[in-house]
Amino acid sequence: MKALRNYLNKIKPNFEEGGKLSMFRSVFDGFETFLFVSNNTSKSGVHIHDSIDSKRIMTVVIIALIPALLFGMYNTGYQHNLAIGVDPGFCMTFLFGFLAVLPKIIVSYVVGLGIEFIVAQWKKEEIQEGFLVSGMLIPMIVPIDTPLWMIAVATAFAVIFAKEVFGGTGYNIFNVALVTRAFLFFAYPAAMSGDQVFVRTTSTFGIGGGQIVDAFSGATPLGQIGIAGKEMIGSFHTVDVLGNPLTTWDTFLGLIPGSIAETSVLAILIGAAILIFTGVASWKTMMSCFIGGAFMAAIFNLAGTTVPMTVSPIDHLLLGGFAFGAVFMATDPVTSARTETGKYIYGFLIGVMAIVIRVLNPGYPEGMMLAILLMNVFAPLIDYYVVESNVKHRLKRAVK
Amino acid sequence: MKDENIAYFCDKIIKTLYSCVMANVIKIKKGLDINLKGKASDVLLTGKESDSYAIIPDSYDGIVPKVIAKVGDSVKAGTVLMIDKNRPEIKFVSPVSGEVTAINRGEKRKVLSIVVKPDAEPGYVEFGKKSLSSLKTEEIKEAILEAGIWPFIKQRPYDIVASPSETPRDIFVSTYYSAPLAPNFDFIVQGQEADFQTGLDALSKLTSGKVYVGIKKNSSLKVNGVETVEVEGPHPAGNVGVLINHTKPVNKGETVWTINPDDVIIIGRLFNKGIADFSRLVVITGSETTERGYIKTIAGCTIKSLIEGKILEGTAHFRIISGNVLTGHKVGKEDYLYAYDNQITVIPEGDDVNEFVGWAMPGFSKYSMSHTYLTWLFGKNKEYVIDARIRGGKRAMIMSNEYDSVFPMNILPEYLLKAIIAFDIDKMENLGVYEVAPEDFALCEFVDTSKIEIQKIVRNGLNLLYKEMN
Repeated sequence: MKALRNYLNKIKPNFEEGGKLSMFRSVFDGFETFLFVSNNTSKSGVHIHDSIDSKRIMTVVIIALIPALLFGMYNTGYQHNLAIGVDPGFCMTFLFGFLAVLPKIIVSYVVGLGIEFIVAQWKKEEIQEGFLVSGMLIPMIVPIDTPLWMIAVATAFAVIFAKEVFGGTGYNIFNVALVTRAFLFFAYPAAMSGDQVFVRTTSTFGIGGGQIVDAFSGATPLGQIGIAGKEMIGSFHTVDVLGNPLTTWDTFLGLIPGSIAETSVLAILIGAAILIFTGVASWKTMMSCFIGGAFMAAIFNLAGTTVPMTVSPIDHLLLGGFAFGAVFMATDPVTSARTETGKYIYGFLIGVMAIVIRVLNPGYPEGMMLAILLMNVFAPLIDYYVVESNVKHRLKRAVK
Repeated sequence: MKDENIAYFCDKIIKTLYSCVMANVIKIKKGLDINLKGKASDVLLTGKESDSYAIIPDSYDGIVPKVIAKVGDSVKAGTVLMIDKNRPEIKFVSPVSGEVTAINRGEKRKVLSIVVKPDAEPGYVEFGKKSLSSLKTEEIKEAILEAGIWPFIKQRPYDIVASPSETPRDIFVSTYYSAPLAPNFDFIVQGQEADFQTGLDALSKLTSGKVYVGIKKNSSLKVNGVETVEVEGPHPAGNVGVLINHTKPVNKGETVWTINPDDVIIIGRLFNKGIADFSRLVVITGSETTERGYIKTIAGCTIKSLIEGKILEGTAHFRIISGNVLTGHKVGKEDYLYAYDNQITVIPEGDDVNEFVGWAMPGFSKYSMSHTYLTWLFGKNKEYVIDARIRGGKRAMIMSNEYDSVFPMNILPEYLLKAIIAFDIDKMENLGVYEVAPEDFALCEFVDTSKIEIQKIVRNGLNLLYKEMN
């Protein structure tokens, strides 16, 4: 390590102002701080600092995402095998999913980080690590058959227009990964919904070719619920890709079609436990989000005039992107409410809105994305009222 | 008529119960005790003789120094060296008798220090013993100002040296030093209880309200004639700002005064002995020291006299702090103890450490309030050596609830900080800027993921606000 450090010290002058390679200064800085913890010492204020920094926060979030990601990879292979009616064993199943998902991760990171590097260099700032998480989230929330070029276009759009124009990491109003998803959803609706995109039926890098079995249908459970007619109230139940009925346990474990990493509530809850224990994400937002969703679903159950209205609260929370959104998206500290009281309200309203959109709008079988983006807008307003109540309290005290 | 009586009695009972149960105990939950290595035990050590003493204008906030003394003047302990240009009644005096040997100036002729070389025999300006009971408020004020002890009294709002022309609503003293490795006031006050009591008596005559004294739970300290408040909890529970916020917060238009208990003793000595005796106990702490305990010295002594022979030899990379690790000032061996400080902390500097991909490592020895490093496995009793590295790049505010979790006041620190950065005076007032001092934000700065220089921002904001308002 010492040799590496010495080498970095040797080439460092080239990258400083006036050096031959000063145009790559931020890239060099980025790599230097990536390799070695900066040994700048404090100049003012406190003399010691907590070891936490934004790199560590992002690392922890990535670790929390890994269970869902690995499960998503396996499930991609699993659904594919169901579709073509083969069982090549665990390893090949995972390998298929891995090869199918990996290009998406690479494209998302290359495009997003590339833009970040350019902007950092242009603004003469340090490279910020916010995109490490966004870049991982993006491939996890798209259907498996999303073309790579679409992901590239959508990522570029989101990073530039949802983040950099607002000032970069920490200043964005909308969750960057969700803006990517929304861009894809509205720009290429055919590639983002329906029953053709959530299960890969073709081969990947030459692996897993085969004929689709007759019973196959790639509709997600929420998709099935969305198109079920009124006459099916009472007799409706969700099915897997081969038409077998799904149990609550199936939807909890997540071997069902859906966006890549959103299906397994179990894997997501493992991630949630990591986030809450390390103190990186707020349990208040997560909990109130689930409560809000369950509350709204229960109200719709009382009405029960269409199939989506009759879906039980438990099923609503387990299906689609609800859990993934509640755990990884709603808790994004930058776009979420920042006051503690505000987090309860913010999470609750996301839960409510997600179910309202799911149930009442036949065009959007999944409401989580829109609910979170909508509440991103309202988060500052929620905080405003929480702050105002603190101000009022102070004014009242002064009058006494 | 009858109903009114019942209502009156009910009200009385509730108020009495309230004052019994609530008023005099503060339990703090939010906060953080950073368990640093290098705690001092309650023992007296002998320091070296200090070959010079200095007053450092930078110790004090809210004053513009105007030097009165000239190089070569012969002075006694209590002779005026410097006054505040804007409030000339505030005097700064020599802590010892001797000769003024230097007035050090920096850029734009800013006064850095006024140095006095001490005589072999101590000599004091005689102010005369005084009995408090016969003195009026103005006379007490005059006596403290005359003896140069006034600068120890600070005021909120602005956390600056108090204005003698004002009468404070209340005066607050916290005897609970809760910062990392901080001294134990119970030990400091031993043998000086009478002076401490006299100091408090003098203070009670300066306010139209009360003197509130915060006392650590289970402390043996006994005081009379003041409002005592039992305080319990992790740092910053002992900060005087927390005491104020939990007893009687500062509202717009009100002024309260604060003073360190060590300096209350100095006021007490003035009336009991008739001299300005600035001697105090300074605690030597920190992982890089070899001998830890209390040294009896005089305010403004050299750092060298306190730590020579008590620092680990052979290590060049250490940082000496006048004060504690959260609010102190970085000093060199040739520098002087800052005016308000009663602590020296020596920690590793850390500028020679190159940690390979540290952000990705499990981090078994890295201290963090969060559980993002695996140090939590070792429990709360493990002691840490933390060096002065910032450990990360400066970022925009990303995480929420970090500041709140170490800020036990009814104030929203993040929003107040943003208002200060934007210098939106209305918002600052509304969010409680008059109640805070930079030290209240010290732990926020420690835990901050984004490594923002919060205390500096608050200090500059308060200075600017003071200028704007006066």
